[in-house]
Amino acid sequence: MREITYAEAIREALRQEMVRDESVFLIGEDVGRYGGAFGVSYGLVDEFGEERVRDTPISEAGIAGAATGAALTGMRPVAEIMFMDLTTIAMDQLVNQAAKLRFMFGGKAKVPMVLRTPGGSGTGASAHHSQSLEAWFVHVPGLKVVMPSTPYDAKGLLLSSIRDDNPVVFVEHKLLYKTKGPVPEDDYTIPLGVADVKRPGRDLTIVATSIMVPRALEAAETLAQEGIEAEVVDPRTLKPLDDGIIVESVIKTGRVLVAHEACKTGGVGAEIAARIAESEAFDYLDAPIKRLAGLDIPVPYNRNLERHMVPQVDNIVAAARELVG
Amino acid sequence: MELERDLCVDMLSTMYKIRFFEETVDDLFARGLVHGTMHLSIGQEASAVGSVFALRAEDYILSTHRGHGHCIAKGADLNLMMAEFQGKETGYCRGRGGSMHIADMQGRNLGANGVVGGGIPLAVGVGLSLQMRATGEVVMCFFGDGAANQGAFHEALNMAAIWCLPVVYICENNQYGMSMSTQRAFNIDRISQRADSYGMAGVTVDGNDVVAVYDAASEGVERARSGGGPTLVECMTYRWKGHSKSDQERYRTKEEIAAWKKKDPIKRFRELLVSKGTLDEQEVARIEEEASRTIAAALEFAKSSPEPDVDTILEGVYA
Repeated sequence: MREITYAEAIREALRQEMVRDESVFLIGEDVGRYGGAFGVSYGLVDEFGEERVRDTPISEAGIAGAATGAALTGMRPVAEIMFMDLTTIAMDQLVNQAAKLRFMFGGKAKVPMVLRTPGGSGTGASAHHSQSLEAWFVHVPGLKVVMPSTPYDAKGLLLSSIRDDNPVVFVEHKLLYKTKGPVPEDDYTIPLGVADVKRPGRDLTIVATSIMVPRALEAAETLAQEGIEAEVVDPRTLKPLDDGIIVESVIKTGRVLVAHEACKTGGVGAEIAARIAESEAFDYLDAPIKRLAGLDIPVPYNRNLERHMVPQVDNIVAAARELVG
Repeated sequence: MELERDLCVDMLSTMYKIRFFEETVDDLFARGLVHGTMHLSIGQEASAVGSVFALRAEDYILSTHRGHGHCIAKGADLNLMMAEFQGKETGYCRGRGGSMHIADMQGRNLGANGVVGGGIPLAVGVGLSLQMRATGEVVMCFFGDGAANQGAFHEALNMAAIWCLPVVYICENNQYGMSMSTQRAFNIDRISQRADSYGMAGVTVDGNDVVAVYDAASEGVERARSGGGPTLVECMTYRWKGHSKSDQERYRTKEEIAAWKKKDPIKRFRELLVSKGTLDEQEVARIEEEASRTIAAALEFAKSSPEPDVDTILEGVYA
């Protein structure tokens, strides 16, 4: 199968869905001629025009509100917020409006929109352009939260997200944009709420999200040389969360490490750990559940400090050894 | 506007229905029969009715926390509305929304909104949707003077203007954002002046004169429908009742309230119609009485409606 980048996979999903469905349109800052800050929508304005690939002023609340209002009245907008840090400016529209309208209106409205946004550190962009705020959205009833780690998943999950009748926060990762992987040219979907075992193993489970998935897979290679077989599970969708596959894996391995980039306190890892502890897998645990996550600090600028804040391959290897040892 | 008889009957009747609906729910609250709070628009009926009557049935509205009037003016079924107010399963939102979130998707009322200014950006999206689908429909978005100082107001009005969207923004300036008077909250005389800074049409009208409101709103609707872009209409009005049920009225005087009550928009319209000979005294009295009966019937419907079944509590979160 041909290999394309994560960014190209997202662009291909957007393009194919815009061809297939006239109600789909893109809206966000610099998504047109500029191609988006990370080039994801590059070229789409030439094919679909400025109305369907709509540049906006720097108005994040306006973008989120525009997407919500359009979705409420028959369109399927895909909004882009240039950096996940800036979703904070759009919070009222996302949390109070998009997420709740359906329920508040007695189930009589629907809000089929996607809000794409890149999270994550590692680019030296410091505290206002590097955060991983997915846990904020996971906490909100009415939203779905998707966090792909591979080009293949990115395309299939984005097509599902656009076709979903609910508001979906689609969290991309800046460091993944240039990573390559096999992606079918055809239109295919990956259902939301289904985790994926990225590598089978018997000795411990590593539940990893987004950039932690490739890091966990690299760590698993090192561990394998030491005779430790790690099973890497990628939830892919944080809400709804596929407890089933995670619990099944933990029952098999008896040990679990949860790894994510976001700050540890109140992070998604806490929710995953709690679900494991509440499940039948609890009786199979041979060691306490371990979390590996970002330090509870704003993202620092200095390269070494920035790297130190977030779990790296070595940290995952060390934590796994500790868990198995 | 021409004081065309059928239209005037409908407008006066709607104003009375709003007044009686709110007096009825105010009374329910006073008797301890209401769960939660409410925001009454008594005294502001002309701004709701004059604006919404400038629309066609297929046009959309976005309302506010003080939205009973907009909802009734858009043609809501009063039974379903009263049932929603009382949290009943038969209500517009199956009792999930309540006074602050009544929506009538079929009637193209996209809902009241609990967040001050929350609907202003939504109107941009609705306007985009209508423009992209070339439906010829327009959206009217209500908000109060308080909302005009939210950041979202700035973002949204600018977007509506640059994209020439079919939106009519109606600012119901009732002089206070809760207790904060417009004199303290603004350093400009008229909120409609802000339209200039977005390059859109803006006008301030006497919001207690239903004819003036209708004319200004009609001009905005016509502009929106013909591709001329958005309009900001500011209706100068006054709420007779407190902000919500917690209001102790410490920030305004009895004299001020009494002075505004003399400008009652319903009495004013009624007297105009009689003096012009559009309707006679007997006819307006009958309109008033019928409106009152409709509200009484709605109250009976709501009372006899079932509560939502707790087993259905999870419904409607996701599609």
